[in-house]
Amino acid sequence: MIIYLLCFILFLVGIYGVITKRDLVKIILSIAIMGYSANLFLILFAYKKSALYPILDPILEKSVEISMVDPLPQALVLTSIVIELGTTALLVSLAARLFQKYRTFDITKIRRLLG
Amino acid sequence: MKQQTGMTLIVKTITRLTVWLIILYGFYIILHGHLTPGGGFGGGVILALAFLNVLLAYGREFTGKWLKIPFLEKLESFSIILFLLVGISGILAGKLFLANFISKGHKYHLLSAGTIPVFNIIIGIKVAMSLFLVIWILSGLKLEEGEET
Amino acid sequence: MPIETWLTFVLGFMIIGSIVALEIKDILSSIISIGVVGLGVSVAFLFLQAPDLAIVQFLFEIFAIIILVKVFIKKDYHQEEPSKINKILVGVTVITLVAIFIFSISVFENIPPFGKPLMETSKYYLENGARDTGATNLVSAIILDYRAYDTLGEVTVLFTAILGALTVLRISTRKNKNKE
Repeated sequence: MIIYLLCFILFLVGIYGVITKRDLVKIILSIAIMGYSANLFLILFAYKKSALYPILDPILEKSVEISMVDPLPQALVLTSIVIELGTTALLVSLAARLFQKYRTFDITKIRRLLG
Repeated sequence: MKQQTGMTLIVKTITRLTVWLIILYGFYIILHGHLTPGGGFGGGVILALAFLNVLLAYGREFTGKWLKIPFLEKLESFSIILFLLVGISGILAGKLFLANFISKGHKYHLLSAGTIPVFNIIIGIKVAMSLFLVIWILSGLKLEEGEET
Repeated sequence: MPIETWLTFVLGFMIIGSIVALEIKDILSSIISIGVVGLGVSVAFLFLQAPDLAIVQFLFEIFAIIILVKVFIKKDYHQEEPSKINKILVGVTVITLVAIFIFSISVFENIPPFGKPLMETSKYYLENGARDTGATNLVSAIILDYRAYDTLGEVTVLFTAILGALTVLRISTRKNKNKE
């Protein structure tokens, strides 16, 4: 159970970064930290003690019956990792465009200047 | 006058020898997606990183002449249409949308498992082209006055 | 050593790395710290018997770092000292998050313990997956045969996100070309 709590602490560190930081770079890094923690939590659910990866093998099939870990959360997290990269690319391109217009990465200044 | 775009001569020589091996490795991971771990997504990223290697070592002008960029854009859009066409031909074969209608061969062979290798190749090409195009556009961006890549 | 000790060590390392990445003032150091956190996630996936995910996480992490370094380096911008409102906000946030953590310990005791998953749907996938699809990699069989509709949605989301990024950046390069 301690492992689940540590994963939750990582998620809370990400939330702290989004709320209190004023720099656009740090906000993007905090969103990435939240994504890592969510994916890791799903895979922690799917682990079975002394089991193997879910790929069949011609040599192992003839031996004794072995157990495998849960393959369903692994398929869902694969989708999630790919979508996180698309979101990060879009955020970085928006930040680059904002820097071209306002010459700063500070989010309090961006509210006050008018383009 | 020596013109220096990109990196030094050692990096350029090593890149010229090894970029073909990286592209071969990417195709291997894509094609064996139904037998070993990896699949379309991992293989697609390996192909994009191979092209990025050439872009970093040789500079932007040379890469624009070596790879034709409008062709890559059309290839990316075309692969999405191909995905939907394979799905619709599942309906035409009598079963549901995106069904597995090609015959499943023997186990552990390369040409088995129906439409799974076909989908892996389509997804691999699409992911590789998308990620490389984002890096291509980002490297031509001038954020401050007089700054280059 | 049992696996729980290794996982606790990797997770503690990741928490320290993420706190360092948020508090340090240099941009290059914080991006490298995020890279360390991503690599820690990949090692944890290897311990949890998921080689497919370890490959994909490692490669996409490298790509995200390359994009971040390309855009955010060599930009000089001034750091200001935090004003009074920011200090109050930091204090309130830390107290709220600690309270949330203490109240959620009791929720985590209702989850099935680590190492004994429920596996009600996956029993069907493990027994009949190789026979129904003919593929031996069960994760590929799930994402491309049993749940191919989710893969179609994911390809659409990736396509739309990259399309948005290209549109935003193309306007700026065309405007720069018109100015010269």
